[in-house]
Amino acid sequence: MSQKLPPGLQLEKVDDRIMTLNVGPQHPGSGHMRIILKIDGDYIVHCDPDPGYVHRGEEKMAEYRNYITNIPHLERPVIHDSCNILYPYCLGVEELLGLEVPERAKYLRVIAAELNRCVYTEYWLGIYGIFLGHSTMFMWPVGDRELLIDLLDKMTGARVTHAYFVPGGVRNDVPPNFEDVCLRQVNYFEKRLKEYADIFYDNPILISRTKGTGVLSREDAIKLGTTGSVLRASGVDFDIRKKEPYDVYEELDFQTNVLKEGDSYARSKIPWLDMLESCRIIRDALQKMPKSGSVRIKLKPKPKGGDTEVYHRVESGRGSLGMYIVSNNKPEPYRLKISVPSFRNLIAMPHLLKGELLGNLPPVYWSLNYWPVEADR
Amino acid sequence: MSVIAPKFRLSYLIKGITDNLFWIIVLMTLLGIPAAMIVLIYIDFPVIDGEIWNPFRVFDAMTHPERALPLVKNFMQTDLFKVVAFPGFGFAALIAAAVIFVERKMLAKLQLRVGPFYCGKVEGILQLMADGLKLISKEIIIPAKADKPLFWAAPVLFAATAAAFVALIPVAPGWVVADIDLGLLAVFAVIGFFPIITILAGWSSNSKFPFIGGIRALFQMVSFEIPLILSLLGIVMLTGTLNLVEIVESQVNFPWIIFMPIGAIVFFICILAELERIPFDLPEAESEIVAGWLTEFSGMMYGLVQLGSYLKLYAFAALFVVLFLGGWNGPWVYPIEPMAEIITDGIVLMPDALVIKDIPGLPLFSQEMINGTIWFVLKTVGVIFFILLPRGVFPRVRIDLLLKIGWYKLIVLAFVNIFIALALVYGGIIGPGGIL
Repeated sequence: MSQKLPPGLQLEKVDDRIMTLNVGPQHPGSGHMRIILKIDGDYIVHCDPDPGYVHRGEEKMAEYRNYITNIPHLERPVIHDSCNILYPYCLGVEELLGLEVPERAKYLRVIAAELNRCVYTEYWLGIYGIFLGHSTMFMWPVGDRELLIDLLDKMTGARVTHAYFVPGGVRNDVPPNFEDVCLRQVNYFEKRLKEYADIFYDNPILISRTKGTGVLSREDAIKLGTTGSVLRASGVDFDIRKKEPYDVYEELDFQTNVLKEGDSYARSKIPWLDMLESCRIIRDALQKMPKSGSVRIKLKPKPKGGDTEVYHRVESGRGSLGMYIVSNNKPEPYRLKISVPSFRNLIAMPHLLKGELLGNLPPVYWSLNYWPVEADR
Repeated sequence: MSVIAPKFRLSYLIKGITDNLFWIIVLMTLLGIPAAMIVLIYIDFPVIDGEIWNPFRVFDAMTHPERALPLVKNFMQTDLFKVVAFPGFGFAALIAAAVIFVERKMLAKLQLRVGPFYCGKVEGILQLMADGLKLISKEIIIPAKADKPLFWAAPVLFAATAAAFVALIPVAPGWVVADIDLGLLAVFAVIGFFPIITILAGWSSNSKFPFIGGIRALFQMVSFEIPLILSLLGIVMLTGTLNLVEIVESQVNFPWIIFMPIGAIVFFICILAELERIPFDLPEAESEIVAGWLTEFSGMMYGLVQLGSYLKLYAFAALFVVLFLGGWNGPWVYPIEPMAEIITDGIVLMPDALVIKDIPGLPLFSQEMINGTIWFVLKTVGVIFFILLPRGVFPRVRIDLLLKIGWYKLIVLAFVNIFIALALVYGGIIGPGGIL
């Protein structure tokens, strides 16, 4: 400051260059949350995600309902993935009550869970497409998702909020011609999935835009506690279905998909590969499923858990989803804690967006496989 | 008891009718009669065939087409008709309206949807009208801290500039609003206005997202204007003129796209960028900056910008046709057997088959004009189809990649095109004194 400035003029400070942008909660590219960005020109220098706009107190509500009436409202955080979010709850309650699930119900659960994973991922993929300005990639997955929803409608009786899993099995058996319908639908779905590669994943503009953006290294992915597709895109071979197999997953033939790049493109490709894998799982499960048998154990009206606590986790559409149930000899749980993958993946977001261009916000943000409603619970 | 809809009362109805009548009478007296007097006193009636056309003869002409048709034909030679109806605004707006409908239906078919379906009973053909009505009836909201005069001016300027661009396009032989010798230069001048208007709109909104969008539009348009101008220099060298009509007439035998495919490709990509269409719709990228520089516009202000952008789309596609695809030149299609026109007493008559007997003034349009317009519209629609198609296939590019495409690749390709043109001229193949 040795040079004297003319009166009325000041040297530019660093803060003068910075503009604060509130992306959300009313913004087409934010979801049910707010992202506070500080940008210098077109570069993001600071990112502060602000979730909590759809907090509904699901965990507290669970303390006032018994183990059966908890089912319909516990699936609310992710209605697209409702079977998977009920899965750890049912596994936990079965351990509390000491129930043994019939073999056919286990296979039906796997089929419903994998179909639900596809339904969720299709929705997620549609939004990823429209975030990148690719309107066809929004319409195609959302349209194909309808077919799977119709299939789940035949299976469970409801389009999205199925409430299909109950402690001790599944709510009802499938209709008689279900296996043929399911096989036909899944084969068609797999064919459609391969068409997505032609229009989206092999698109040169998409590749030039998302390759190398928001790179999450293997060490950082483990350190930040990310799960699911984000972790697998960074080269960590971690899938609960393989590592801690539940129900009949160890009898089924499938593999986990791992990519090493850790960028937005890899993170968007892993769920697509997972959907192809889900089709294989469903076909395998349809083959190995017992053709008849009971699907549900009859329960007493208000079953009481013991004086213990259980923790179970499953691989949902977004990653490892765990439920921790504390019971104290009452029909209601004493405490229920949901460990959601969305929130764990969100932690990586400020780390990834620092130094990126503003145009990289949507592909990096949505590639984290983050569902705001689930993160807020 | 509903508060919003008051109860019907006969006295309210009568009061409404009498109020309306009162204002109609007052306005007619205060404005209508002076206007009529001014027209009667100061404006000379046209003299056609030795007869003065006063208002009473207009009524007469309604029942006698043979008297009305020369008047109509006379009117069609005026600048007013050219600006408002045929090669100018009306024609362009008609094509723009058709384009909006075709775009929505085509995109819907591509994405396994139905598209507009209910308005107008048949495949949603009146959807555009419904959208327009909605936009007109919406409230115009202006941000409190906006620069109001500039904010109002921006959409009007945008539509006006696009309409000025339309005026430069020759559609058929003799049918162009502004036939100027420096036509191509005028096109560049008009294109140069668009970035100024977008930055004006973004700046005057006094809001963050429009500001970023305006800056992006400025970057994008300025960096793509240079390859756009360079890609057209080859044609100027070969034809030796900047007049668009003469450029079209130089393509009687072959269109320039045969000799300059590289220039055509560069020009086409620049069109996509100038029009802010996918994959270059960064200034309106909704997942990043809401709607870019259009964010704060509401109601008919937004409608004007949309109208302007579709007029611009037509004008750019038509410019591509004029420069690279030979404009109105094409094989003879209509009338099927062209015949020599019979000219008697200054009145052009069509061949016998097409003449309505004993009515002078027909045909209203010459045969060349009808044939030329058919070819021009067909070619323009084809180019517009290719401009619309990327919307269903490509995602949006990022700003740094966009600038890289504009500055590194397209400018180099445009220079390659210029060298090809120079080689053709100095090799004595085409151009002034060439073989072809």
